[in-house]
Amino acid sequence: MSKAKNTQSSGSDVKRYNFTGKRKIFYIISAILVALSVIATIKVDIAIEFKGGTMITYSFVGDINVNEAETKVEEITSAKVNIQQGEIFQSDRKKLSVSFVSNEGFTAEKQSELTSALQEIYADNDMQLLDSTDVAASSGRNFFIKCIVAVAFSAVVLILYIALRFKRISGWSSGVCAVVALLHDIIITYGAFVLIGFQINSNFIAVVLTILGCSINNTIVVYDRIRENRKLMPVAKLNDLVNISTTQSMSRSFRTTITTVVTMIIISIVAYIYGVTSILSFSVPIIVGMVIGTYSSLCLAPCLWVSWQSKGKEA
Amino acid sequence: MKKIKKPVFFIVFLLILGFSYTAIFGVKYQYGDIAKTYIKDVSDIRLGIDIQGGVDVTFTPAGDVDATDEQLDSVKEVMKVRLAALGITDSNVYIDSNNDRVIVRFPWQSSESNFDPEAAVKELGGTAMLTFREGTETTTDEETGETIPAGELVLNGEDIDNAIAIPNQDPDNISGSYVVQLTLKSSGQSKFTAATEKLSAEKGAISIWMDNNLISAPTVNERIDSSTCTISGDFTFESAKALADKINSGALPFSLTTTSFSTISPTLGSGALEAMIIGGLIAFGFIALYMIVLYRLPGFVAVIALTGQVTFTLAAVSGYFRFMNSSTLTIPGIAGIILSIGMGVDANIITGERIKEELRSGKKLNTALESGYKRAFSAIFDGNLTVILIAIILMGAFGVPDSLFSKMLSFLFRWFGTTTEGTIFSFGFTLMVGALLNFVMGVWASRLMLGSLSKFKVFKNRKLYGGIEK
Repeated sequence: MSKAKNTQSSGSDVKRYNFTGKRKIFYIISAILVALSVIATIKVDIAIEFKGGTMITYSFVGDINVNEAETKVEEITSAKVNIQQGEIFQSDRKKLSVSFVSNEGFTAEKQSELTSALQEIYADNDMQLLDSTDVAASSGRNFFIKCIVAVAFSAVVLILYIALRFKRISGWSSGVCAVVALLHDIIITYGAFVLIGFQINSNFIAVVLTILGCSINNTIVVYDRIRENRKLMPVAKLNDLVNISTTQSMSRSFRTTITTVVTMIIISIVAYIYGVTSILSFSVPIIVGMVIGTYSSLCLAPCLWVSWQSKGKEA
Repeated sequence: MKKIKKPVFFIVFLLILGFSYTAIFGVKYQYGDIAKTYIKDVSDIRLGIDIQGGVDVTFTPAGDVDATDEQLDSVKEVMKVRLAALGITDSNVYIDSNNDRVIVRFPWQSSESNFDPEAAVKELGGTAMLTFREGTETTTDEETGETIPAGELVLNGEDIDNAIAIPNQDPDNISGSYVVQLTLKSSGQSKFTAATEKLSAEKGAISIWMDNNLISAPTVNERIDSSTCTISGDFTFESAKALADKINSGALPFSLTTTSFSTISPTLGSGALEAMIIGGLIAFGFIALYMIVLYRLPGFVAVIALTGQVTFTLAAVSGYFRFMNSSTLTIPGIAGIILSIGMGVDANIITGERIKEELRSGKKLNTALESGYKRAFSAIFDGNLTVILIAIILMGAFGVPDSLFSKMLSFLFRWFGTTTEGTIFSFGFTLMVGALLNFVMGVWASRLMLGSLSKFKVFKNRKLYGGIEK
């Protein structure tokens, strides 16, 4: 042990912010955000690949602007739709495929209403109804069950891994706290996704997976600092230890988060300029998730760990 | 770091530069009309339906079949596995149980010359019923006039656990042909043993059929009591693998006919790809500037390492490396790349911050670099390893049943049915490649480059590393 380390061994003279002292406030904020996200489920809007719905196809000639057609159909039907166009093989005609989610009650009358409206709007395109099918979800219940199993199994593996690698800071409790923070981030990202009004589609899956990776990495980096400082300051109080470690990790946390957040802001702006607004349902929720993930790795996971460790004894 | 010599920087830099160049532009040879691709470039990356559109096919059961819901569900699963076996990891399969329709959408661009969507659709709609029969007799189907096998059924696809293509190990065979090796389930093994016992007595043949096509008809010489058997029949590696894939994906309950076939525009709307590329380039420019401003020399080195990481990940997706199949790049796949690059940036930031701290605590430059990398490593190691674990779980849960990670994790996931979800697999794949690259680029390459640069006199200034001048 060098001389410098001896004077630091209780950590009394190291710069820190009092994270753990405010932990009740963090718990309340997190609880409110999680509750709001759970409540948000009432207005959840699930895309056709996960819920099933109606697909109507028309054939036409000439050119149609898909993004414009989407807005028009949404006005006519007052339901969220996705429109794709294509070329029919061995034919000169093109195809317009309109997909609706099932619970919006797309009756036969509404369908013929839509057809005549489209024929009126695109009078020059010789719009003709080709086909109408009611489809079941492309990724249905089995998919969701498997997602949940995969997440639960990941949680077990993460807790095991952290328990082994972070023995010095009583691995089991830190593993569980990391997973709690992870679920917290995913739930709030989901809430933000729904509240902004995006449809749960494959972009949502991409967002959740990204936040899962980021969140666990953020928490691990903070834990790593706690683990290292425990060695350097063996007699430091738990509160001091955690506050010093989170303070030292802050600059890295903010700087890393800024790169991803700015990347997503740039992509959002470019997508907006190009009129490809569907990319926004990927880029915007990631911004929310990243900010939440940074908050939980600094304020939630370490504080939960302190609460757990000091349960029944003076911290 | 003392051991790292001056020229190391230039070697690593040139290697990364050369690799990036070939990964982006490929190595192609054009002589008159003959074009040969030695190394695939970024434009060879197959993009998902969400970004670049694809093909939309509607199938209905052939003939007068009233399909049950269970049958249609099994059609869906078989389709997904077949699509994945064709290298199509991004697809949507919709079932309409009222009208008995199966709608399949998968990515394809009309500019693709090495992929024939019509052949793929034909493959998808085929029943792929594998049967082993006694004798080689056939009869003619009264309705369709087709020749169909008539021998007594010994085994079908249900009795087979899995199939793989392996080189023909027959010592008389020197032509380098392949065979398909089948591993039988215990039900299959007992049926096979009984049939071979019976046939060997009468020196009869056993015929192997894929739908109505005879693959081979070996004569049975002895009773065979083994859990494996091989199908030989003049296979190349490709044809043996195609047959094995067909057997592995299972049979459809009925054959399907195509009722409509068209292209379809991207789910995300046109212009999605262009917007992503431009957004990505601007964002990379920003990150480069940000790293250099914040960390100066370590930041500059980080930018080189990150460039290597980005191009390496793209190369892994484009099929640059012969041993890796190219996969389809979708929005979740891109999310995997973004996340792994984010973690690459993070690795460099953690190291940069540590070097600063060490310098500010008064250490010598070389010692500070040494301990900066050393102390940053445990965080980078644990962060990336946990992410790799998650990536493996995702690939295992949503990959093709006979892929490596699926087999590893089948003890858990087989209880929940096969749900091959290529887009999630593609996220796991790009994330795992990226996280592994973090160790190569973010840790190893950048350490070599920085260590070597610090030997130059012009780079001895501590300010260049975020330290304060002593």
